[in-house]
Amino acid sequence: MADILVCIKRVPDVSGEALLTADGLHVDARHVGYTVSPHELCAVELAVQVAGDTGGSVTVLTVGSADSVEKLRDAVAVGATGAVLVEVDDPDAFGPRDVSEVIAEVVEADAAAGTSYDLVLLGNDAADTGDFQVGVRLAYRLDRPVVVGASVLAVDGGTASITADGPDGTDIFEVALPAVVTVLEGGVEPRYPSVVGRMKAKKAAIDTRSTAVAPAGGGRVTLKLPPQQPSQVEVLGEGPEAAPKLVDLFESLGVLSR
Amino acid sequence: MSQTIVVPVEVDADGGVNLMSLEALTFARRLGSSLHAVVVARTGKPSSEEIAQLGEQGVSTVHVVDDERLSSYAPAGWAAAIVSVVRSAAADTVLASGTPRGMELLAHVAVRLDVAMAANVVAIESADPLVVTRQVVGGTALEDTALGSSLGDAVAVLTVAGHACDPAKAESATSPSVEVAALELTDADLRARVARTEQGEPDQSGALKGARVVVGAGRGAGSSDGFGDLEELTRLLGGALGVSRVVTSLGWRPHHEQVGQTGSRVSPDLYVACGISGAIQHWSGMSSSKTIVAINTDPDAPMVTKAHYAVIGDLHKIVPAVIEEIRRRRG
Repeated sequence: MADILVCIKRVPDVSGEALLTADGLHVDARHVGYTVSPHELCAVELAVQVAGDTGGSVTVLTVGSADSVEKLRDAVAVGATGAVLVEVDDPDAFGPRDVSEVIAEVVEADAAAGTSYDLVLLGNDAADTGDFQVGVRLAYRLDRPVVVGASVLAVDGGTASITADGPDGTDIFEVALPAVVTVLEGGVEPRYPSVVGRMKAKKAAIDTRSTAVAPAGGGRVTLKLPPQQPSQVEVLGEGPEAAPKLVDLFESLGVLSR
Repeated sequence: MSQTIVVPVEVDADGGVNLMSLEALTFARRLGSSLHAVVVARTGKPSSEEIAQLGEQGVSTVHVVDDERLSSYAPAGWAAAIVSVVRSAAADTVLASGTPRGMELLAHVAVRLDVAMAANVVAIESADPLVVTRQVVGGTALEDTALGSSLGDAVAVLTVAGHACDPAKAESATSPSVEVAALELTDADLRARVARTEQGEPDQSGALKGARVVVGAGRGAGSSDGFGDLEELTRLLGGALGVSRVVTSLGWRPHHEQVGQTGSRVSPDLYVACGISGAIQHWSGMSSSKTIVAINTDPDAPMVTKAHYAVIGDLHKIVPAVIEEIRRRRG
């Protein structure tokens, strides 16, 4: 039986160009909405599969504003059995060290209350801040082994078998639980919520907590946008008639010479 | 200004310093002149060719690990080795390429040194006080972030985004000395360790990342059956096939072919984007391509307006015509 904590983050759904707030310190998400990164959706899916296989539980956790509840409910709709919101006024004030400390606080508080998480899953990196380190910091803080970039995960007794792409092939880690694992998109397909799941999620109790962690923040000085290049596209033509011009280009670039 | 920099470098399975590690070494020379390389994820002495490559980058000392316990990859153990070199060299900066292993090892190193880490750095905004510019929000925005002494940290830890600079040799080559890193491993350092590597399915994205030509395919391919001509064009151009996220999400192609924020980042000489609208998540994975050609039905698609060259129309008509033209010229 594996009890699993999955950490997710509500992030701006930027698929076009990002806008910044006037002070240059935040992404302005008023017009784009919010999402959860594909890595974290896969982490939720893996957790639900492992908990299903072992008769365990899945608690989903976020450190964020009150609006993050919606993302917790989405995870409940696809099978999470519990949801914890550590509510903070300004999530951006929490740097990677702060966030790992808040997660550790939850893990320790729940252990004291009788739920010891065998696995803590996170995304490989946050879609907004891209820090690539919260999972590793958490593991050291909890004195647990950590594997990053997992695509597949199975639990057998007290051991997790974790699959991650390595430079020379597919690496398999066998790690004694409890452990921390960060998940990379691609190993599983996140399921869609059922109608029953949606109904359940609507009524699910959200365990809302505060944190004792005073954020030190990261080192952000300012955000800026990459310089925009004016379009300089040269249209070679329309339809199949343009093929010779395209092949001329390939020849001039030397990609057909071999 | 940084004085002494430790650069963990990766070597390719078939020998030679990894291209992205050469980029990291090139980038490191902007920060300081005393470079120490640590060969990571492979025990034992590097080949003379690899040492010469590191010498061309101006590396003064090559540190190697000679410990059987790290013959299987154990990230915490390798981080312990890097930290040991940081201490012995009295380094003030640790800088690695932003590969999956570079990110992983430097996260461990930052925690062990109890300092901040900046991932995916693309530029040095200010050397003193140290402020670096790094990619955030999948490359749609940049963040200037204080690091190292600016935060009161003894050591600045950073990874360099792929293709943030072109690898170049140092002005004068060195003849690096080779030293075995002193290493004290605890049981905790070996708790997460590769038990086995299945060679049957190598990281096929490797070919994609190093390809000189990438043929990209998006939703415009239409279905899982819509890739025949694209594969043939890829073959004729001696390149690799890359796809957008929608293509893998729909199950048309495997994930290892995905280019973009949550896939591979590529930087070929030529990227031919076929039926790809150009969402920022895809663009951030291929925007550093030297020449970008878009084939798309929509002349206003972001991929078309940002490309260097475009052909407007249906890829299923254009790509076969291109294949035929190439074959005709080749006789």
